[in-house]
Amino acid sequence: MTVLEWLPFSVLVPLIAAPVCALLPGRVLPWSLALLAVAASAVITAFVLPAAMDEPLRYSFGNWPPPIGIEYRVDSVNALLALLIAWMGVIILPWARLSVNREVPERQGPFYALFLLALAGLMGIVLTGDAFNVFVFLEISSLSTYALIAHGRKRAALLSSFRYLIMGTLGATFYLIGVGLLYIMTGTLNMADLAERVPEVAETNAIRAAFAFIVIGLGLKLALFPLHRWLPGAYTNAPSAVTVFLAATATKVAVYVLLRMVFTVFGLEFALTMPYQTVFFTLGIIGILFASISAIDQPNLKRMLAYSSVAQIGYIALAISLVSVEGLAAGLVHIFNHALMKGALFMAAGAIIYRIGTDRMSDIAGLARSMPWTMLAFVLAGLSMIGVPLTAGFISKWALIQAAILQGNWLAVVVVLVGSLLAVLYIGRVAEAAYLKPAPERAEPVREAPLGLLLPMYVLIAANFWFGIDTRLTLDVATHGAEILVGGAP
Amino acid sequence: MSPESIIVLLIVVPLIGALLIALVGRWPNLREAVTLTTAVTLFAIATQLIDPVVNGAGASLTVAEPLPGLKIAFDVEPLGLVFALLASLLWIVTSVYAIGYMRGANEPRQTPFFAFFAVAISGAMGVATAGNLLTLFIFYEVLTLSTWPLVTHKQNDAARAGGRTYMGVLLTTSIGFLLPAIVWTWVVAGTTDFTQGGILLGNIGPTAAAVLLTMFVLGTGKAAVMPMHRWLPAAMVAPTPVSALLHAVAVVKAGVFTITKVVIYIFGLDFLAAVPLEKYLMYLAGFTIVAASIVALKQVEIKKMLAYSTISQLSYIVLAALVLAPFAEIGAAVHIVAHAFGKITLFFCAGAIYIASSKTRIDQLRGIGWRMPWTMAAFTVGALSMIGVPPTAGFVSKWYIIAGAFQVESFFVLAVMGASTALNAAYFLPIVFRAFFRAEDSAPARDHGEAPWPMVAALALTATLTILFFVFNGPVVDIESRILEVPK
Repeated sequence: MTVLEWLPFSVLVPLIAAPVCALLPGRVLPWSLALLAVAASAVITAFVLPAAMDEPLRYSFGNWPPPIGIEYRVDSVNALLALLIAWMGVIILPWARLSVNREVPERQGPFYALFLLALAGLMGIVLTGDAFNVFVFLEISSLSTYALIAHGRKRAALLSSFRYLIMGTLGATFYLIGVGLLYIMTGTLNMADLAERVPEVAETNAIRAAFAFIVIGLGLKLALFPLHRWLPGAYTNAPSAVTVFLAATATKVAVYVLLRMVFTVFGLEFALTMPYQTVFFTLGIIGILFASISAIDQPNLKRMLAYSSVAQIGYIALAISLVSVEGLAAGLVHIFNHALMKGALFMAAGAIIYRIGTDRMSDIAGLARSMPWTMLAFVLAGLSMIGVPLTAGFISKWALIQAAILQGNWLAVVVVLVGSLLAVLYIGRVAEAAYLKPAPERAEPVREAPLGLLLPMYVLIAANFWFGIDTRLTLDVATHGAEILVGGAP
Repeated sequence: MSPESIIVLLIVVPLIGALLIALVGRWPNLREAVTLTTAVTLFAIATQLIDPVVNGAGASLTVAEPLPGLKIAFDVEPLGLVFALLASLLWIVTSVYAIGYMRGANEPRQTPFFAFFAVAISGAMGVATAGNLLTLFIFYEVLTLSTWPLVTHKQNDAARAGGRTYMGVLLTTSIGFLLPAIVWTWVVAGTTDFTQGGILLGNIGPTAAAVLLTMFVLGTGKAAVMPMHRWLPAAMVAPTPVSALLHAVAVVKAGVFTITKVVIYIFGLDFLAAVPLEKYLMYLAGFTIVAASIVALKQVEIKKMLAYSTISQLSYIVLAALVLAPFAEIGAAVHIVAHAFGKITLFFCAGAIYIASSKTRIDQLRGIGWRMPWTMAAFTVGALSMIGVPPTAGFVSKWYIIAGAFQVESFFVLAVMGASTALNAAYFLPIVFRAFFRAEDSAPARDHGEAPWPMVAALALTATLTILFFVFNGPVVDIESRILEVPK
């Protein structure tokens, strides 16, 4: 079998494994199956990326030719995203075992089944070349995500899940309306066909409305300021393992769909006739500043990191508003790098919750003495978040600043740098509390997190430094992808 | 050893030292042995670089290329060679001193202290050998981050507040100004390599160059040019060995070293002469010299006074670099060394006084010269060097800076040098006078003599170096003169 024939299995394996997983009893079996399925998917993506670099891979389902059947169409942009999602799954699942045992003690079969469904949904969104199929996978991943969030231990998890459900459904519906309008105007749902036909009818209000619906719908899904209100609650109250996975992948996939729709389907020329650039630039800047400032005085760790995520989405929005190869490449690189750093940060937060049962700032005081490795990981990932050189975060910042300077956009430069400094404040606040404050009295001494939590955490930390030095995978592929996006049709 | 492997060792050896220190932390004597061995080894390695640099062969090495055309690369030139030698030599002395100090003060958490100290030295070595702005920036930040645990060592409220100011100012300036300045340089010049004659000529207009230079000077917060100086007095909450080696030599010199390298190898003297506003930055440095001296005059704490003196002395180097006269550039480079010997001596004395008598304020020093004759004699040597009186190191660099001022007939520089000499004398000499020629008010709380011998030995040695440098500065001046040579 060739890489092309293996390609659909990266989605199908987790999708088929999910119902089996739901039926498995106990704790070990469902987890093992989930890990196996995700690992299989990850191995496939590792072969897909190099194969998709030169020429897009095209796979027609059921051998139906594209306009009739659904087509998978993979170039360097979505191959990179698929690689990221699957491999984050592989790193997160070993970490999740202990954390989930603690936070979701019962009915783990269905839990891991939902996890697989969410992952398969995200993979499907990324790989498909069909605008309606995106909606289908979007719903698969969203519905399972709502259920996953509701697994949180506190009652607030239900409310957060419900809020996300309302906002997510609104977003998906908006997207669907947009796709419907496109279908009416062009008679096709295949993205490549759409890209050819949209320019003929671009001067119509229906297409403009479709653009607006799709962009706003996806803006909700990717938590673009001010449509981010669902995110902090969802990230805070979800089980830690779910938070890690969502923060590393879910919003990123929505960004991908946005890029695909705006640049491939509608085309850069059309997007520039709409206020795309102004809107994303303005909201990106406000988002960076507002969310970073909000992060500074959050009462607990996960909530702080959630606001930081909203700020990072602001960076990505700012990057893709620059509509240049450099800008888009910076955005794509940051999607990848942010997954590494935020994944590690939420893992550290999860390890703290595992040991002391809470992540309130006041309880973190003096924790570096009893959990030195966990806090070190937090600080190292925090340095990447700030953008200290030799870390992945530095590459993101550098690429973004460079793109902004090339366009003479000094406001963007200033905002990016101010954002970094605000990150110093919110990361520094945790570091100061953990390292310099006296620990509160505890009934029993706190021990370091178990190796099962530390190892995956340090794999991500290592990745943060690796991709801060060797950027062949990230920056080169992202630049290649950005050229494809700016160039128009895939 | 090939020059490439020497560069690698310079950076890696202190890191290995740090690791070993952490591993053997349970046995203090072994831990201190590791520190001393690492320091001596590092200096020995650094001396191996003298030959390739002096012979003009140079030493360079490329490690990685994180962004296309943008390398992590090292290239040792005279300025960096002298900085590396200086920091590694003084690390040996400071280690001896620190062992006496930390044990004398019975400080907790000595293992992380010595470990982070070694990491900071590794950062300083990286700054010294960096071949381009990106590499320099990496190690500049390593130096910032690794010194935060040292500044906050005491972990009390004062330490936390000091640490906040320290990180706040250093990271704000480096991320807010230095980083964009480097990206901008890269965007216009396509490289950030340190190149003889500069890389910006013809790539950037004069107005933009003025903005860029301002970003470099203010962004290099470690050079403590006002108004970016607040972190240095805040760093004085650290144990004295940190103040002595890091906040009088390694960290602050990394700052002025960066500015000097940017002036010589990024802008180039000829290009910079045509940049408007350049003179205003010189005025800013001149203002810092005088203003910091006036503030020093009013300080009550010895270490705070020394910190403001450092701010003033650092701006000598910035000022000298910006005079753009060949002699002044040499003066700037030599002052990096000359000030180091004198100031580390002064800090060593302040720490010795604290350990022996628990005194930290200037007004407590009456008659202390007779209880601690070695310490106060060394203090006097350091003070004379700050003022620039022969036969001390400070005179040598001042000579070159003033010669440079005459080369370009800058009377502003002459006036600043004159004023600051008078001010330095005004705040240093009364201390010497008080220590030797005033009787103690009352018997001290406890009868004391000199501090523990490792501390006295260290401060006597650096005081000797301060005097020796006056006589034997030839090799250093000779090496430093090469920074202005045309490449072969």
